[in-house]
Amino acid sequence: MVDFGGWDMPVQYPAGTIEEHLRTRTHAGLFDVSHMGEIDVSGSDAIAFVNRLTSNDVTKLVDGQAQYSALTTPSGTVIDDLLVYRFAADHLLLVVNAGTTDKDWEWIQSHHSGESVELRNASAEYCQIALQGPDAESILQPLTDVPLSEIKYYHFRPGTVDGVSGIVSRTGYTGEDGFEVYAAADRAEQLWNKLLEAGKAGTPTGVLPCGLAARNTLRLEAGMALYGHEINEETTLLEANLGWICKLDKGDFIGREALAQQKEAGIKRRLVGFEVTERGIARDDQDVLVHDEKVGRVTSGSPAPFLKKNIGMAYVPVEYASAGQDIRIDVRGKLVGAQIVKTPFYKRTK
Amino acid sequence: MANVPEDLHYSKDHEWVRVDGNEAIIGITDYAQDSLGDVVYVELPKAGDEFGASESFGSVESVKAVSEIFTPVSGVVSKLNESLADEPEKVNSDPYGEGWMVRLRLANPGEVDSLLTAAEYEDFTKAESE
Repeated sequence: MVDFGGWDMPVQYPAGTIEEHLRTRTHAGLFDVSHMGEIDVSGSDAIAFVNRLTSNDVTKLVDGQAQYSALTTPSGTVIDDLLVYRFAADHLLLVVNAGTTDKDWEWIQSHHSGESVELRNASAEYCQIALQGPDAESILQPLTDVPLSEIKYYHFRPGTVDGVSGIVSRTGYTGEDGFEVYAAADRAEQLWNKLLEAGKAGTPTGVLPCGLAARNTLRLEAGMALYGHEINEETTLLEANLGWICKLDKGDFIGREALAQQKEAGIKRRLVGFEVTERGIARDDQDVLVHDEKVGRVTSGSPAPFLKKNIGMAYVPVEYASAGQDIRIDVRGKLVGAQIVKTPFYKRTK
Repeated sequence: MANVPEDLHYSKDHEWVRVDGNEAIIGITDYAQDSLGDVVYVELPKAGDEFGASESFGSVESVKAVSEIFTPVSGVVSKLNESLADEPEKVNSDPYGEGWMVRLRLANPGEVDSLLTAAEYEDFTKAESE
């Protein structure tokens, strides 16, 4: 067990990271992600308020839809990335990272100015269990009254799972199809055990409980950013390839001006994916070199169990950011060759 | 419970040593491979490299972490287990057999006596995991 944002969490379960990762790609993996924070925003100005604090366009959401977005600083860097769930025009739920929940909560409260909203840090009230993988729908359907085939990607429905009321959301952090179930915190164990049972855990093709290490390798293969690694208060959304959640034309929001200026002027560095082409494994925080000169830093580096390659993401100057560019990684004093590639590294076949 | 063969010598860095004449075969223990998880990469020295006792001679990597490996005794590398380049998982499946790492020509055979016995190593790992 390791401390993760104040939560004791398993790095891996007995099957081990590789098996957990592969099973999620081929059948199903179960993740206890109850550590995620939830901030409830209600009131007639809920949409306007959240729209002013986040970069994506909240007005585009319909009831039952979720959106990937970011809380931004005035300079366009990232306080946190998050999901915005719309229950109703006057009710949103923000799902944020565990390690940043307290910071986000303070930021959100301190930027409330006059809007008619009620804010509640509801993190302790919720558990969140993610069932991910191609078998997720067939495992979950018999346990829920929600018609899962009707829920589109990044949509959700209220309903019950094993008699427990909550919401079922077609979202995830693995690059696979799958669901995230939110319910009352004290029902976590019941849902966890029921989903393991329904997913025939313990059989060769059954669901496997997955730890933090597999969650990280799965999201990395899928080319998704992890807060504190690819994005933080030093990186802007544009540098992080998150221009698609920067709706500069939606009206004013915190950081809009800086992002518009940066877009106009052009970014100097960009987040890229790379594959190691020689023997060695790149790891977080190692230096990236081009022509023997240090030009950047690895934000995440790891073996990719499904792709059977060693991959990573890094910030490099834009002149070196094109696919095909050869780079080298300083792996504990040894320079190891790598090449910039397009992300995502892994894309599921639908 | 981790397997700790009687006839080997052990270091507090979780390496084992099997003495074979004036040479020593070195690997990591069952306890070490179990704590590391799936081994995906093993970095070893070259034949002819010389190491003092407790010097780092390479590394073992799992998906999540890198761990340095140390020579429990001093000597010159006479042979490496080159098969670990393609099959690092042998470190997990057979840590005392096919998962061996290097063979050293012992510089000072007496050093072996300062290592832990199987019983001492077992006590040491019990204390460490408590």
